[in-house]
Amino acid sequence: MTTTIADADTGADARRGPGALRRERIGHLLQHHGALVVLAVTVLVGAATFDSFATPQNAANIVVSSSFLAIVAIGMTFVIISGGIDLSVGSSFVLAGVLAAYGSRYGLLVALLLPLAVCGTIGLIQGLIVARTGMAPFIVTLAGLLGMRGLMLAISDEGANTYLVRDDAFSALGQAAFLGLTVPVWITLALVLLGGVLLQRTGFGQNVFAIGGSEEAAVLMGVPVTRVKVLVYLISGLLAGLAGALNAARLSSGVTILGVGMELDVIAAVVIGGTLLTGGAGGLTGTMAGVLLLGVIQSLINQIGVLTSSFQQVVSGAFLALVVVTQRLLHRAQRLS
Amino acid sequence: MATAVLQARGISKGFPGILALDDVSFRLDAGQVHALVGENGAGKSTLIKVLTGVHRPDRGTLLLHGEPVSYDNPLAAQRAGISTIYQEVNLVPQMSLAQNLLLGREPRSRFGVIDTARLHAEAERVMTRYGIRTDVRRPLRSLGMGTQQMVALARAVSVEARVVIMDEPTSALEPREVDTLFGVIADLRAQGISVIYVSHRLDELYRICDRVTVLRDGRVAHAGPLDELPRVDLVALMLGRDPAEIRREGATKFSGEHTTAAGEPLVEARSVSRRPVLQDVSVQVRPGEVVGLGGLLGAGRSETAKAIAGALPVDGGTVTVAGQEVRRGSPAAAIRAGVSLVPEDRKAEGIVPTLSVRDNIALAALPRLSRSGVVSEARIDRLVDSFMRRLRIKAASPHQKVSELSGGNQQKVLLARSLATGAKVLLLDEPTRGIDVGAKAEVQALIDELAAEGLGVLLISSDLEELVEGADRVVVLRDGAVAGELSGDEVTEEAIMATIAATGETDG
Amino acid sequence: MAETAAAPRAWSGRVRLLAWLQEYGVYASVLALLLFNVAFTPHFLEVANFRTQLIQVAPIVITSLGMALVIGTEGIDLSVGSVMALASAMVVLYLGYGAPVAIIAALIAGAAVGAGGGALVAYVGVQPIVATLALLVGVRGLANVLVPQLTEFRNPTLITLGSRSVLGLPLVVVIAAVLTVLVAFLVKRTTFGRQLVAVGGNRAASRLSGLPVRRILVTVYVISGLLAAVAGVLATSRLQASDPTSLGLLMELSAITAVVVGGTPLTGGRVRVLGTVMGALLIQLLQATLIKHNLPQSWTQMAQAVIILAAVYAARGRRA
Repeated sequence: MTTTIADADTGADARRGPGALRRERIGHLLQHHGALVVLAVTVLVGAATFDSFATPQNAANIVVSSSFLAIVAIGMTFVIISGGIDLSVGSSFVLAGVLAAYGSRYGLLVALLLPLAVCGTIGLIQGLIVARTGMAPFIVTLAGLLGMRGLMLAISDEGANTYLVRDDAFSALGQAAFLGLTVPVWITLALVLLGGVLLQRTGFGQNVFAIGGSEEAAVLMGVPVTRVKVLVYLISGLLAGLAGALNAARLSSGVTILGVGMELDVIAAVVIGGTLLTGGAGGLTGTMAGVLLLGVIQSLINQIGVLTSSFQQVVSGAFLALVVVTQRLLHRAQRLS
Repeated sequence: MATAVLQARGISKGFPGILALDDVSFRLDAGQVHALVGENGAGKSTLIKVLTGVHRPDRGTLLLHGEPVSYDNPLAAQRAGISTIYQEVNLVPQMSLAQNLLLGREPRSRFGVIDTARLHAEAERVMTRYGIRTDVRRPLRSLGMGTQQMVALARAVSVEARVVIMDEPTSALEPREVDTLFGVIADLRAQGISVIYVSHRLDELYRICDRVTVLRDGRVAHAGPLDELPRVDLVALMLGRDPAEIRREGATKFSGEHTTAAGEPLVEARSVSRRPVLQDVSVQVRPGEVVGLGGLLGAGRSETAKAIAGALPVDGGTVTVAGQEVRRGSPAAAIRAGVSLVPEDRKAEGIVPTLSVRDNIALAALPRLSRSGVVSEARIDRLVDSFMRRLRIKAASPHQKVSELSGGNQQKVLLARSLATGAKVLLLDEPTRGIDVGAKAEVQALIDELAAEGLGVLLISSDLEELVEGADRVVVLRDGAVAGELSGDEVTEEAIMATIAATGETDG
Repeated sequence: MAETAAAPRAWSGRVRLLAWLQEYGVYASVLALLLFNVAFTPHFLEVANFRTQLIQVAPIVITSLGMALVIGTEGIDLSVGSVMALASAMVVLYLGYGAPVAIIAALIAGAAVGAGGGALVAYVGVQPIVATLALLVGVRGLANVLVPQLTEFRNPTLITLGSRSVLGLPLVVVIAAVLTVLVAFLVKRTTFGRQLVAVGGNRAASRLSGLPVRRILVTVYVISGLLAAVAGVLATSRLQASDPTSLGLLMELSAITAVVVGGTPLTGGRVRVLGTVMGALLIQLLQATLIKHNLPQSWTQMAQAVIILAAVYAARGRRA
């Protein structure tokens, strides 16, 4: 092919001036690593203020209690980057816990596979509805939230029946520790690594970004949109199911009241972590920073003592608002440049 | 005769309420650049969508290299060698240039995961061949339109396309970029790749196309070599009119008379600036005057109109209406002062699709049509009725949803909306783009008529002929600044082009 | 309300059915459920039963009205349940100054939350779902911080508000009916109503047409907050107690369901007031029917899930 040379760059750059690129980069950094910076600052402030904060024990506590949220948040990150949202994860989490506890009477395998199968199937169905009918993900998964809560109540005698975990091997999955951290923490770490590779280094991950960025373009670029969307909700359902099962193993019972409203915490963590709710941008590092940040704030509030735990809601609500406002302002600044 | 690369035989495709393609046949040979033309609603985009697997035909067969084929989706068509570059560049704005270029074909490392370093190297290599040298890691949205278009083209070609379909590829390009594009098309032709070229710009068609297929109302009106077809006949075929009639009338419906309007300016923009799109732009419109705003795409024409209408925040300068300064950045204040904008992008910024024709017309005038916040239905009815008759808006009833109207009628609804505000100055941004010929003529005649009634009109048009015949005076913009002003007999296509090209440099 | 005439078009049978369902499905369903109950549910036609149903549905209707307006602007307000809790907390906090002060404080709190959400949406440009999600979390927390546990009270004015009847109708129901008429008038006959729908239909076009888009958006969220606060005050009055932990929990879901089932599209540009009221009634009736036939709560939720999906699916068929 003979080359037909035009000037290196077209108008956009010439008009933007040299400062624009730098601003673009700073914005990029803030977007992707802002949560990490805030997390670091919060930890430092916490460590300086409370003697009992920066102890290995407390750090382990934060990590352990955050791991369940983290697992669910991995799935949510995929969903949100694809331009969707999954409100059903809280219900999925609880349902999985009840199913796992119920299934544990038949052994470890059933205790694990039953919740995964049920939550995975429901995730799959949600994905199919979203992908095939074009209905808004938020409303489809809202129906999923209600439906799964109904299902959970139905199998637990309207919430009155708390199944106890009857399998020691399964309990160990939630409680046993290795190098000072419980099994769920290690599972979380493994899943973050796996999810990171899947998101950044595979065709599937690229497709998730493409769909979230512009679904129309993705279709025309030959991205199998339906399949990718279905998979994304399937992943989210499976991970919420896994987290619920592990939580049941930790508590040795299928608690029916925990996890209500968990979807809000998960979404908050993902958004605080810099993943755009409009889709097309984000990552798991940020999400993990977001999850830990929520955990650290909770821990700090516990340290202060006099504050009730509902104060945590106020703080995470404020944080969420702060983050989205910052994101908007950044976005605007980039536009103006 | 050699086997056609791509052939469509007797294709029909219907949608609820319309038959978009009616027994259409089409033939594309190897190394051919084939113009596909027709007015809006002629069926061009439906045909393209059938060829690329977006739609399935109701009847008829597609042959690729002589073999019958059928695609379930665009991916299948692409794999078979048919790629499309759509009107709006269809890439993912948040993803990097490299990711966009190689999506689905990323180089892999030994472990089967994407090799980012090679991804970037490969993208750089490909783009250099298209004359683009830039950081391929940058998100696509931060690049210029021309670059984005080249990425789309490079992507299409690099998926080993045998057929490349280009839908209005030059609509967002500057002349220099158009030259680059045509160079690339010539290369494609030399490699035996076929191109289907969809455009409204006759110059371009005659410059690069070998053959033409003209569609009209879902049927093939003409197919044959392009150089044997006189321009006027091509226009006539597209419009479904007698060629002789076109020759007699000229192509536009403007009276062609240039009046020199007198009097104080109705609206005056003084040194309006907004970095980086506008610098010290001054324009004035007097009563009864049609002032054209010329220039290339991106020269700041739409931005000037939006700044005057208060829809674009400005860094400096003033807009005065009848001597009174208008508050900046408030479309509401501009409308109250009597300045109303009919935007270029009808769908995104014009119509409210969920509302009726009636509610759309009354929208901007609601404060005038209500008392203490309660609307008067009777007054709305009277107003809507009179405008629908005057502008000959064709709708089943005023209560029909505006989204169900044709583009031309939607445009008239928007004109009615502006006029209903009691506007003294209309800012019309590409008022005849993308509407059918009949409506185009009516809109042009209306502009003349409104000016004759004493309104001031600022007319933005990429159609030089429309600008020359429609405007009394033309202000030419270049790179966001006024490059010159032409009036009276100076208003000719040549003069406008000369002004645009005055410094020989169109981009800084 | 604010109906636009459907144009005669050669629609396929399925699309036409879906369109019909979106327009009238909610009325047909309510009617069908009523007939079913008349035939199979003992004591259904008794006045006492109707009173109970209406009293229970009133707060849902009131919050749904606000939600319908917000959804009409292509937004969503997830904070309504938390606003109810905050209003309830305000009532308890300020009851010492008398019932009117307490009620006004509750309404001001509701309006303030709405203004906050509206400002985030209109001036900062945050997506409504995120802005009000932050409020959902934060405001519920705030209500809990203000009133940490269930607090009972006895106040004659509030007892009147919660349990009095006017012309045989419970005051709560009368208030809901009056608010419905007001909102319907707002949507159908006022400039604000017309502009609101236009903003939902095409925001850029509305701005270019000189509509005060930001002010309209903020006002809509303020109205939604106010209405949710009214619902919170009424619910608190009936209970004679404030329980911010549970009051209004998941109310946003019921309200969204009522609006969507009532035929208002989530894509904005259209508000159906009567449909919304019917949507709320439908859910209430469904719940009552299942309970009367000894089917557990879990069934209601699953049924509600199916209804939401069906309603949105029907709305989808009308996209041009």
